[in-house]
Amino acid sequence: MAKGEIVLGCLAPHPPHVVYAENPEQNEAFAEGGWETLRWGYNRLARKLKSIDYDAMVIFTPHWQTYIGTHFLGLPKFKSKSVDPVFPNLFRFNYDISVDVELAEKMCEVAGESGIVTKMMRNPDFRIDYGTITSCHMLNPEWDKPLVTISSNRNAHYYSPEVMNEQASALGDACAKAIEESGKKVVLISSHSLSHRHFVTESPLPEDMSREHIYNHSQYVWDMKLVDLMRDGKMKEVIDIMPEFTEQTIAETEAGGLTWMMAAMGYPEYPAEIYGYQSVIGTGNLIAAWDPLEATREIVL
Amino acid sequence: MSDPEILFGIYCPPHPQPLLSPDASEGYGKLRDAFETCRKRIEESEADLILVYSTTWPSIIGHQIQGHPEPEWVHVDDDFHYLGSMPYKFKMDTEFAEKFRESAESRGLQSRTVSYDGFPIDTGSIVALKLLNPDNRIPACIVSSNMYANRAETIVLGKSARDAIGAQGKKAVVVVVSSLSNRMFTEHIDPAEDRIHSAKDDEWNKKILEFFGDGRLEDLSQLSREIHGQIRVQKVVAYKPAWWMSATMGQHNNYTGEVLAYEALHGSGGAVVVLTPSKGSVGDKEFDEDDVEHYHGDRGVLDTGAP
Ligand SMILES: [Fe+2]
Repeated sequence: MAKGEIVLGCLAPHPPHVVYAENPEQNEAFAEGGWETLRWGYNRLARKLKSIDYDAMVIFTPHWQTYIGTHFLGLPKFKSKSVDPVFPNLFRFNYDISVDVELAEKMCEVAGESGIVTKMMRNPDFRIDYGTITSCHMLNPEWDKPLVTISSNRNAHYYSPEVMNEQASALGDACAKAIEESGKKVVLISSHSLSHRHFVTESPLPEDMSREHIYNHSQYVWDMKLVDLMRDGKMKEVIDIMPEFTEQTIAETEAGGLTWMMAAMGYPEYPAEIYGYQSVIGTGNLIAAWDPLEATREIVL
Repeated sequence: MSDPEILFGIYCPPHPQPLLSPDASEGYGKLRDAFETCRKRIEESEADLILVYSTTWPSIIGHQIQGHPEPEWVHVDDDFHYLGSMPYKFKMDTEFAEKFRESAESRGLQSRTVSYDGFPIDTGSIVALKLLNPDNRIPACIVSSNMYANRAETIVLGKSARDAIGAQGKKAVVVVVSSLSNRMFTEHIDPAEDRIHSAKDDEWNKKILEFFGDGRLEDLSQLSREIHGQIRVQKVVAYKPAWWMSATMGQHNNYTGEVLAYEALHGSGGAVVVLTPSKGSVGDKEFDEDDVEHYHGDRGVLDTGAP
């Protein structure tokens, strides 16, 4: 069997607003649009994904929060409705997803062998979180690839962002090994915003773009610092300053997603593809991708 | 507006073991029994509203109030999914929910009711309502905990709950769903060997329970920041439940407190406590020993008190 490999890594933020604004038939809410910079960036990345041969998407989500180890989806099918607890007015999404259980079990096994506390999730009533759904829908609206969701163990809460960085990178190493042993071609998805301070009020029309802006300039400056490092292919440096960035901007990187993905991809030293940056209810959201194949790597924006 | 009639308050833990696996350890069983005692108390009371403040329902857009008349779903906990599913169908007091929203807004708070099929009610609220009000005999209301809210906002939210209870002439039981110390073990454990995560957490929990037992609710409210620093995992900006509970029930220490159970839940501190407003205990506790409006000079704390 040929060695498995990671064919693309995507930073894919999941404000439910972008799904809401797209008006897919699965979502019950209706929007008059909004957040085009993000949505059009997503559309372009989704087109790139169409040109790539892969077997499964593996997504790390901040909205399946676990405190007792790292959990993996462990049943082949989940069909239900996901309602965002924070923005139920925007996101009530009827989903029907397939899971690559074999790959999930492999990652769970290898992570367990490396000393990480793990658990397979096999309760059929379990509801898929809106982070997984939003990122996967925007990257693959056809939903024609199986996925694996990995929960986010909240080390930053229990210990510190430094411990989160250590543990998320150990999980990334384990997942990379499992993917290699699986023989599969896999797209990794790190699902989160960068800076993550929200406004606590919402305009009467949530998609009214005249009201949308970053929470404060300091968040913006930090986000841009990260974008610059990504453009320059300095991902080790990004991960090294991750604890500081996370604390300063209460970033959603606290869940460990970007660290996990970068560790699994060996801290790329090539430029990231940048697809768009926009604020959503005050938070900073970047869409980016890391293409290990130089021949297909692009300067997008 | 009449003074609100709050029959009693209950402080109880959010974790699902008392509901899903009460027989897995002696401690879980004791917590289940304590919930059961509270259920009977509610049943024997004249309550016509159960108002729940849940620390496991975070919100961002102000505070959200459950406004669906009959929310129904099969819920599964993020960590404890292997213990089983939690099917629920609750009866909500939608008129009260609207009144509560209105009261919150009139006190300057951002607030909204949420009424959507399939809205994910949180584990803590489900555990509390299923164990305290299993037949939906009494309509309930659930309010979220805003992740950015701090002391002022939380206390004003409690006061607006009090306004709404008074305005509608309700006889309310107030339920606060929260752990004491909230650090769980980060590994899977044998439930029979469950214990409080550390001696420090245990000591602080017992200190809090001493206050609860003495009915010193407002003193606990005043200690919230200290409690947050000492034994709360820093998931949110502050330990808020005592602020809300005191502001809702009345910011004083005139309560009869009963600690019905205190046990470990995967390392965290789980306690079931009942606080009943009383008349006879003014003057021997810290916060309300003095008139806070006018200085009357030094005095012995045991023989005088604020009216
Ligand atoms: Fe998020």
